Amino acid sequence: MSAPVQATTVARQAGQAAQKGFRLHDLWPPVLTFALVIGLWELAVWFFQIPLYLLPAPSQILETFLARPVFLLRIGLVTFINAVIGCAIGVSLGCLAAALCVRWRVVADGLVPLAVAASAVPIIALSPLMGIWLGSVSPLSKIAVVAVMTFFPTLVSVYRGLVSPTADALMLMRSYAAPQRAVFARLRAPAALPFLFGALRVCATLSMIGAVVAEFFGGPQNALGVYIKTQAGILRTREAWSAILVACLFGLAFYLAVVLAERAAMPWKRGR
Amino acid sequence: MSTPPIIEFDRVNKVYQSGGGPVTALLDVSLSIATGEFIALIGPSGCGKSTLMRLIGDLEQPSSGTVRVKGKTPAQARLDRDYGIVFQAPVLYEWRTVRRNVELPLEIMGRPPAERRERAMSLLRMVGLGDFGDAYPYQLSGGMQQRAAIARALSFEPSILLMDEPFGALDEITRERMQTELLSLWSNATPRPTVIFVTHSIPEAVFLADRVVVMSPRPGRVQRIVLIDLPRPRVFETRESPRFFTLVTEVREALRATENERVGA
Repeated sequence: MSAPVQATTVARQAGQAAQKGFRLHDLWPPVLTFALVIGLWELAVWFFQIPLYLLPAPSQILETFLARPVFLLRIGLVTFINAVIGCAIGVSLGCLAAALCVRWRVVADGLVPLAVAASAVPIIALSPLMGIWLGSVSPLSKIAVVAVMTFFPTLVSVYRGLVSPTADALMLMRSYAAPQRAVFARLRAPAALPFLFGALRVCATLSMIGAVVAEFFGGPQNALGVYIKTQAGILRTREAWSAILVACLFGLAFYLAVVLAERAAMPWKRGR
Repeated sequence: MSTPPIIEFDRVNKVYQSGGGPVTALLDVSLSIATGEFIALIGPSGCGKSTLMRLIGDLEQPSSGTVRVKGKTPAQARLDRDYGIVFQAPVLYEWRTVRRNVELPLEIMGRPPAERRERAMSLLRMVGLGDFGDAYPYQLSGGMQQRAAIARALSFEPSILLMDEPFGALDEITRERMQTELLSLWSNATPRPTVIFVTHSIPEAVFLADRVVVMSPRPGRVQRIVLIDLPRPRVFETRESPRFFTLVTEVREALRATENERVGA
């Protein structure tokens, strides 16, 4: 056997793979595109003399943000915390429901088609009702909207992951006379991990949208959605946009955190 | 044969219910396999050779007749962890390193971590993967992955090894090397496991087995059993000996007889 030769080959491949994981020059194309879009926006506003209340220039938005960064980030944080709590609840319950679906096929037959349908429904439309049920100023109504929004896609995705092992992989467990617990912990759950992170990526985005939009229907004065709505209502477009910028920053941060957690949790995916 | 049979088929039938009516996968199969024997099952697609193997492993149940494994029902034998299994695909769990894949059965059986680790590493060295314990399956070639799968099947020292076309997806060169490696693993193991090896390849069956069970398709029946009297250890030159050719021809003709029978029927 030519084990030493193969060893060096594999080591080299692993090295290349590790480098491929993150390279700075991969960032250039999107950064350039972003800069181009912002530049065109800036130029268009000046060139077409677009009135401020319709569309402020990026430079004006940034200026407004920099005038009160602590205030804006603080109200952003209020909304972000609702989004994170709601997402954590929705995703946890989604995972739990998916596990129950695997354990009892009857549950799956009833719940999974419903969840697939619910994933296609604009759950955000529930926001005013959540306000009635849980109090429109209370953070609970925002958290509930986010939890419901993230529950269904998590359930669908994680369930697919839990049933993804092949017949042979399951047969192997059967040949070891493995108890159901072991089949779940050592085969189904790890097989569902990529599906869970796929769901989390979607949910990170969804939950920030949900939290902001839910606040449009009422919320504490120091929340991002409320601020955007009131400022836009009195045509203070620059202020509204600076808050939207903050929403984008928190949304991106959430997404990035999920991506980093994904890389840490699945070392076997890193090289590919 | 002086040793008592470890596996016995007594008039076993297996019928599947399909959309187009019942399909007989196995018809009246009686077969006795001795402890430590290396049996190759060969036959065209649809002859029920995989079904036969799965009946031994309690992965399927016979429609009628009895299968006994070590004097027990296959279900009991499975619960007693009497057999290890190797499929055509390696079926390594991609989230586990190669070593932890080999440890998997031991983990489920509740062996202590230190013992598991030691056993896995010694098996990996035996199959030439000593340097790859910490690699992930995707970093290994197909042949290396299948070696890891064999190490995993042997990890808990089962008395029976079920192999369902384990080298079917490998190239010819790797395949012949793996055959030699398997034989040396098998003959060095104490006690030597009984091997049921399902294959499509005539030379592979002849090179490996003590007896080649030739099966006919639809319904699957035991057509002939060819005794392979090639001396062991079998080496590279075995494949070039006149006796090897004679036996290959014998198996080939037995297989052709099943074809003619089918055309004639």
